Amino acid sequence: MPVTERLRLTALAGGFALAMVPALALAVLTAVAVPLVLVAVGVPLLAVLVPATARLTAAHRRVDTALLGEPVTTDYADTTGAGPLTRLAVWARDGARWRDQAFCWFAATGGFVLSILPVALLTAPVVHVAVSLALGERVWLWLALALGLPVALVAWWFATPALFRARLAVERGILDQDRVPRLERRVEEVTVSRADSLDLNAAEIRRIERDLHDGAQARIAAAGMSAGLAEKLLRTDPDAAAELLREVQTTTVDALEDLRSLVRSIHPPVLADRGLAGAVETLALSVPLPVTVELDVPRLPAPVESATYFAVAELLANVVKHAHATRARVTGSHDGARLVVRVSDDGQGGADADGSGLTGIRRRIGAFDGTLRVDSPLGGPTEVTLEVPCPTP
Amino acid sequence: MPDALRVVVAEDQALLRVGLGRILEAGDMVVVASVADAASLPAALARPDVGLAIIDVRLPPTFTTEGLQAAIAIRAERPTLPVLVLSQHVEPLYARELLADGRGAVGYLLKDRVIDVDAFLAAVRQVAAGGTVLDPEVVSALLAGRPVDRLTDRERDVLALMAGGRSNAAIAARLFLSEKAVGKHIGSIFTKLDLPPAADDNRRVLAVLAWLDG
Repeated sequence: MPVTERLRLTALAGGFALAMVPALALAVLTAVAVPLVLVAVGVPLLAVLVPATARLTAAHRRVDTALLGEPVTTDYADTTGAGPLTRLAVWARDGARWRDQAFCWFAATGGFVLSILPVALLTAPVVHVAVSLALGERVWLWLALALGLPVALVAWWFATPALFRARLAVERGILDQDRVPRLERRVEEVTVSRADSLDLNAAEIRRIERDLHDGAQARIAAAGMSAGLAEKLLRTDPDAAAELLREVQTTTVDALEDLRSLVRSIHPPVLADRGLAGAVETLALSVPLPVTVELDVPRLPAPVESATYFAVAELLANVVKHAHATRARVTGSHDGARLVVRVSDDGQGGADADGSGLTGIRRRIGAFDGTLRVDSPLGGPTEVTLEVPCPTP
Repeated sequence: MPDALRVVVAEDQALLRVGLGRILEAGDMVVVASVADAASLPAALARPDVGLAIIDVRLPPTFTTEGLQAAIAIRAERPTLPVLVLSQHVEPLYARELLADGRGAVGYLLKDRVIDVDAFLAAVRQVAAGGTVLDPEVVSALLAGRPVDRLTDRERDVLALMAGGRSNAAIAARLFLSEKAVGKHIGSIFTKLDLPPAADDNRRVLAVLAWLDG
């Protein structure tokens, strides 16, 4: 860790240390105000102090979120429409408010020590030297230069990152009441999306089996029957045999076409060759209305490309079937972390965001934590936005 | 053709229904009814002169084993009506269900077998005459799971063909042996597998199948 980073942490620690002043004030005032509720004065006092405390902790949550790179959040119990006394009662039962209090006490005591140390270790020797110089105390000056300065600086160098991390960890522990519920929600989401993916996969495999059975397999069997019969009739009825062989030809061609369309429905070769942009352009050519494609996306992991491709295919099919549109548009970009694709049309709007088609797409991309947003006012236009988190490989 | 075999076909795929019909007619049989689902079968089989039902395993509306269920139901109701079940894949389990009543006059073949038109027509006639015809795929699946090490290679060939419902003469022709040699092999197989000797082809097939399936 370079010296500049240590200096930055020291500055931040200084900022944290300064929070001691409002934190201590709020903590002490609140502690005083609580018993004063008995003589009524406490009620208006707390009506000011509790929101003020929430301001302070909110500021800290913002800073912590930025520093940790993951959300530090909380949910206060709802007090909208409550009278002053009811509100007090709600606050008293609200764990998040007590956490705010705990934070104030921490910031005013242990947190203050953790944060002031890096600042003190860096500045104390300097101050010491300056004071010694000002007072003309030669002995103290040499002592400070020879011992105090190096010891303090070494201590500063090594202790600062750890002290800062410790303060952040405790702050998160106190302020981020949501961490466990958030993880629980996440596990729930993942459980649902995993079940959805398994269902989708199973349905997909059944469809493939059905398509094979009813398509290529049946046609090949039929072609075989015709060929077998042709062989039997070759001598006795050559004309009929020739007719049967012509049937064999067309049936074989049909079987090949079946196999091709099945392959396309599993994983279009152009998707494998050219990625999402190429595949969607090809798709647009087969849609019976003008489709503008503007996709500026790099090659992405195959499962994401595939899910997005089939989502776009389904959305375009919806445009053709339901929108009464004269044109459609597919735009998309990737910002290095997130793929965003928009499919829009100038049709009549009124798409049902909870209809089976859109729900299917939502489930399909849900496996990748993707989301689907539908904006389709009656009278149109319709815009469907897919967002899939997906770092460039 | 007053003596022609009268056949009812249940097959949901039009292409195959037509193909089957043409082949049966080329074999001098009469298709008296072609139906596309199992529900229409009883009405089609109501005619007393029907000599055989050919049923696809997979029929609407569930597209699972409706045809098989229909075949089993028909055999329970009309034990004398020969039934040939066709499928795009054969399962030993389904063969066992179909053969469970041990009465013969039953067949279970891959649709692939229809392509060899003469062999298929021969199998149809054999089932119609009360014999049992089982697809070689099923037979080899059953053989694979059984301790047939005691048999010689030749005896195993004979066993497979016999389990498929072939007569001694047919086995002899297929393996380029004399009928007498085939008879000897069969006797040896029965001895090695501890099976009671059986007179007619069908009893013999069923005995072997029961052993294979046991």
